[in-house]
Amino acid sequence: MKLDAKIPSGPLADKWTDYKAHTALVSPANKRKHTILIVGTGLAGGGAAAALGELGYKVKAFCYQDSARRAHSIAAQGGINAAKNYQNDGDTVFRLFYDTIKGGDFRAREANTYRLAEVSNEIIDHCVAQGVPFGREYSGYLANRTFGGAQVSRTFYSRGQTGQQLLLGAYNSLNAQVNAGNVDVFERTEMLDLIVIDGVARGIVVRDMVSGEVSSHFGDAVLLCTGGYSNVFFLSTSAKGCNGSAVWRAYKRGAGFANPCFTQIHPTAIPQSGDFQSKLTLMSESLRNDGRVWVPKKAGDDRPPNEIPEDERDYYLERIYPSFGNMVPRDVASRNAKNVCDEGRGIGPTKRGVYLDFAAAIERLGVDVIKDRYGNLFEMYEMINDEDPYTTPMMIYPAPHYTMGGLWVDYDLMSTIPGLFVLGEANFSDHGANRLGASALMQGLADGFFVIPNTLGQYIAKGKHPDVDPNCDEVREVEQGAKDLNQKLLDIKGTKTVDYFHRAMGMIMLDKCGMARSKEGLNEAIEKIRELKKKFWADVKVPGTGESLNQELEKAGRVADYFDLAILMCLDAREREESCGGHFREEHKTEEGEARRDDENYCHASVWEYMGEDQTPQAHKEELIFENVELTQRSYK
Amino acid sequence: MKLTLEIWRQKDANDKGHFETYELDNVSSHMSFLEMLDVLNQELIEKGEEPVAFDHDCREAICGTCGFVINGVAHGHMKRNTVCQLHMRTFNDGDHLVLEPWRAEAFPMVRDLIVDRSAFERIQRAGGYISARTGSAPDANSILIPKDQAEAAMDFAECIGCGACVASCPNGAAMLFVGARIAHLGFLPQGQPERAERAKALVAAMEQEGFGACTNYTSCEATCPKGISIVGIAKMNKDYFNAKLFTGGNLGGKD
Repeated sequence: MKLDAKIPSGPLADKWTDYKAHTALVSPANKRKHTILIVGTGLAGGGAAAALGELGYKVKAFCYQDSARRAHSIAAQGGINAAKNYQNDGDTVFRLFYDTIKGGDFRAREANTYRLAEVSNEIIDHCVAQGVPFGREYSGYLANRTFGGAQVSRTFYSRGQTGQQLLLGAYNSLNAQVNAGNVDVFERTEMLDLIVIDGVARGIVVRDMVSGEVSSHFGDAVLLCTGGYSNVFFLSTSAKGCNGSAVWRAYKRGAGFANPCFTQIHPTAIPQSGDFQSKLTLMSESLRNDGRVWVPKKAGDDRPPNEIPEDERDYYLERIYPSFGNMVPRDVASRNAKNVCDEGRGIGPTKRGVYLDFAAAIERLGVDVIKDRYGNLFEMYEMINDEDPYTTPMMIYPAPHYTMGGLWVDYDLMSTIPGLFVLGEANFSDHGANRLGASALMQGLADGFFVIPNTLGQYIAKGKHPDVDPNCDEVREVEQGAKDLNQKLLDIKGTKTVDYFHRAMGMIMLDKCGMARSKEGLNEAIEKIRELKKKFWADVKVPGTGESLNQELEKAGRVADYFDLAILMCLDAREREESCGGHFREEHKTEEGEARRDDENYCHASVWEYMGEDQTPQAHKEELIFENVELTQRSYK
Repeated sequence: MKLTLEIWRQKDANDKGHFETYELDNVSSHMSFLEMLDVLNQELIEKGEEPVAFDHDCREAICGTCGFVINGVAHGHMKRNTVCQLHMRTFNDGDHLVLEPWRAEAFPMVRDLIVDRSAFERIQRAGGYISARTGSAPDANSILIPKDQAEAAMDFAECIGCGACVASCPNGAAMLFVGARIAHLGFLPQGQPERAERAKALVAAMEQEGFGACTNYTSCEATCPKGISIVGIAKMNKDYFNAKLFTGGNLGGKD
């Protein structure tokens, strides 16, 4: 596997401009001759479908939901970053780039991250033009809020539903292109496999989730915009349908998988309440702007929060990190929450929780201001927990949220399979070992609206792209394989449900490959997951047939892939003998308990190549070269 | 707690469909309604029966995927809620609950509690957008929008497209859904150039899909999980009349 990132030469700030000036173009008359397949319709996929449709490509977009508008980008709450410097507080493109690289603990690629910061401003302009109702000042100017890991106020927001509004913006643009005849959308359609002919991605096999029909679609490029794989943990903030199968099946066809162990555990989710729990609900990071995180100083202090006097509370983030306080990045906040709970100071019925307290902010600003800023989040919290956060501190605990790892891509966003592009959360490129808040929306829209329209042309212009014979052996083989896999799952007719296995795997992963990892624990996890996988293939019970709507069959296929993905995550975590960002190895910490990176030996992206069923994958490296930032011990103190 | 569930079961659009009754013990008050159904489904699968199919995804009341009728009320008895955020503590031990899919001519049945809402897609595609070409936009602060106007747009932009408004309307009207989009874009300066065409296109598409007309029951507003106001319908009517009066065409509805 050859890893050529194809980073343009020249100064960092000029790379993208120069690239655009010199890249090969496809003439407007020829664009309509090229079909582009896009899987996923979130910010990355929906944006790409709209933007490529506008350019005149013939686009087919696929989503498993019943509407493109329901992709999980919709659930993002807090906001989207941009280096507008509308607050005159010293923000620049370089500063946004630097914060993102540092926030990712220096494990992302400089050129990609800089480009992300650079296009951030165009995104905000475009979203406003689409009719996204961002929060505004009384003067009519756009408002900003502060997010973790930054000392400037650069986050744009629409109440607590920024993702919803941005996705509706992309969805509206997508609809305009459907109306114009440039885009076809296939809803309730799930990708089952990737068709690779002569080493080039040429199509996908999909299943109509209502009729069960399996069919193939062909094109000159395939864009995977399928989000992350946090549901490997079973309990996560992802939607129930979010899955890693598209990227996983592409991996099995030869796409390198980079940094699978880089996962983000978000610090502010609502704690688990029972064994029946189906998912975890996020409370936006923006709450940490005004909320203060604390636990009792004494272990086992069972008094209600309002009866614990001020001097018996430990505002541990403010204590340990005086300069960033409650606004430290997510990995730091999560790890500290785990630590205080491990010390026995956790709160709530499960003792796995910490308080997020708004009393001081309410006293300072008044209830109305807080209501204006977070009203809908407070409502949601009260709905779920039956407690009023205006008078009682919220209880929060970290939850699996985002996956920085994903398919390896070069500067063009192309994977190691020519013609297969990967956008948004599904790729690995921009966030390194930890993602800062409000930058996932930024990356999705950047990749979809502003990067791929400029990088796809080169591939289309330079290749030949002969028509695909739908009856050729390659196509038939992949299609049959996808059908056989589903039939195999249906034929097991065992005794345990898919959820049973998924939940069991999630518990192992959360325990051994979550906020803290060790070699010993990872070895144990790999062993246990292998056993569980064997049991799954012998004893899972998938009711119904493949020829109709069958939600259990959908789940079974996804969970089957999760076993292998989970094992790869553990292998990757075991291989990386350092702590960085969300990847915290117990063996590698400073005396103060902070993550200790090893730049000498691990300043690279680990890229895994599939070598066959149950074979150890081959490890490759992309060395990360930092020419514009100095690698420092990340400090938020 | 103990529950009796009477659930609509229908294999596909061609099946006649019927109610099936299930008894469920040990329901925890901490569960969400969908988690309660998960538990039922696990039991059904283990017994060798087909689980109840229902749409759901984010389970955070924002994606708009879930929704069915509980004892005659879309999304159940709690105001401003979706079934995924409806919690079992709001029910009583021994409750008898009847679960049905959205029932509307324009939403064909798919299976059990799942219906086909693609009519909404076709309406949106007819013109529920601002045609903003990527790359054309001026600086985001070049057009100022008064805060109250932006907030009003946001009030309508919050629609999650779940279809509860249609299901709860005796006429099966989609006017709250369509009105929400028209009002959202109509409050913004960026939405003005296409405002008249948008109203005409969306209303025409809505009528073509077989949705009913509004006769001011306001049950849509009452069951809307996001509390979208029927002012949106008034806005739609106003834009539609203005468009028809000043940009040609008669006012006779279907034309």
